[in-house]
Amino acid sequence: MGNFEQKIDKFIEIFLEQNGYVKVIQGLQNTLLIAISGLIIGIMIGTLIATVRVFPKYKRLPRVLNSICSFYVALFRGTPMVVQLLVFYYVLLPLLGVHMTGVQVAMAVFGLNSGAYISEIMRSGIQSVDSGQLEAGRAVGLGFGVSMCKIVIPQAVKNILPTLGNEFITLIKETSVVSFVGAADLYVAFSYIGSNSYEFMVPYLVMAMIYILLVLVISLLVKLMERSLKKSDRRN
Amino acid sequence: MIDVINLKKSFDDTEVLKGINVTIHKGDIVVVLGPSGSGKSTFLRCLNCMEDPTGGSIIFNGVDIADMHVDINIHRRHMGMVFQHFNLFNNKTVIQNIMLAPVYVKNQELRTAKRKNALTKMKNLFAKEKQELIPITTTKAEIQREAKEQAMTLLKRIGLEEKADVYPSTLSGGQKQRVAIVRALAMNPDVILFDEPTSALDPEMVGEVLDLMKALAKEGMTMIIVTHEMGFAKEVANRILFMDEGVILESGTPEEFFGNPKNPRAKEFLSKVLS
Repeated sequence: MGNFEQKIDKFIEIFLEQNGYVKVIQGLQNTLLIAISGLIIGIMIGTLIATVRVFPKYKRLPRVLNSICSFYVALFRGTPMVVQLLVFYYVLLPLLGVHMTGVQVAMAVFGLNSGAYISEIMRSGIQSVDSGQLEAGRAVGLGFGVSMCKIVIPQAVKNILPTLGNEFITLIKETSVVSFVGAADLYVAFSYIGSNSYEFMVPYLVMAMIYILLVLVISLLVKLMERSLKKSDRRN
Repeated sequence: MIDVINLKKSFDDTEVLKGINVTIHKGDIVVVLGPSGSGKSTFLRCLNCMEDPTGGSIIFNGVDIADMHVDINIHRRHMGMVFQHFNLFNNKTVIQNIMLAPVYVKNQELRTAKRKNALTKMKNLFAKEKQELIPITTTKAEIQREAKEQAMTLLKRIGLEEKADVYPSTLSGGQKQRVAIVRALAMNPDVILFDEPTSALDPEMVGEVLDLMKALAKEGMTMIIVTHEMGFAKEVANRILFMDEGVILESGTPEEFFGNPKNPRAKEFLSKVLS
């Protein structure tokens, strides 16, 4: 195992002395930035789509919106994240003549992608809330949107919180592909260290440990949030 | 106050209501009776367009609310509804349940008034004849305070003021239903619709809910009640509607209906439920 100790020494040397830690912190920042903004954009898009999909459909407009949303969900669930990143970066941006950095593209694509998944999660959450809740809201004269926002969606979010936590964890892990469009995430940082030392065992091991740590912390946070939201379920 | 003219409702191919004509006056307490599947709940739910009628019209305070072009939300504010399964908002405390709609509606009115005033002010800058502003006498905080006061008064009335800040899941069925009734009252409705308000309750809790309903009836509230409580119907109603298979077969005072039913199906129904 003397060999392994040497490798660790080499890793520590590069990590501390050749600015390896700066890269790792930057990578961590980007990873979290992409995942968190992806989740936030995703929740907004997802809630919107889910609301459209449960909207009563005897008028023309909701029906049209509904088919647009179905198409959107099918599109983003039917292609891999890497493909979406590449298409967005190398096809869409040049066509539109817009310039965006890799991190911005990743944030946008992760938001759009998780929006499609979260819309399905949110829809099942909305459907898990007793239909009487919406009826009661409508019966006191609140509109569909208001009843949804104030009554149904808060209860739906409580029901789907564990699943949303899972979605966030998936997002964090999927950020490891953003180097395809030149965004510097954790993977980029550790391959930098690896290629500078011609030695990849320790850097990738540390990278795996950081991912696990991140995921464990998020699971814990989700659990705490769930507990505080459960207040209205039992006697307090 | 409510004129129902040839009201029809079908779900896909099944016709549930086959043309209902009835007029409800202010202060009426109408009890709708009938065997299950006779369409009485659907009739009640059509009255505030919870189910959109497929035909006919419902004239409420001079407006046909069965017309899909009217803003139903405005009319529902004058038409309370109490459900079989209470349907209290689970994510709100008891007092929030009662305050939610009044606060929202008044805040919305305030916002609209402010917006209109801003527009009028802009117009006034250029126009020769100055238009008058809508007087604004209240603030958001004031609305909140008033609604809270009103909610506490209502809760005191049903003896649940110490439950104001708990969530509905901690209440008993009877308490939930009484809160649901005062939630409807908080909007000062012209009429309250009751959809089997005691059917989901434990027997010992039926009394407290019926007592509250009787008290409302004495105060002159217009009520339309679908129920299986024959004793309550006899005592409180001033009109009984007997429905079967989507039509009203008999309509009369409780004395007439219970003492001397004319329709054979009404006779059969009464012999079953009263034996």
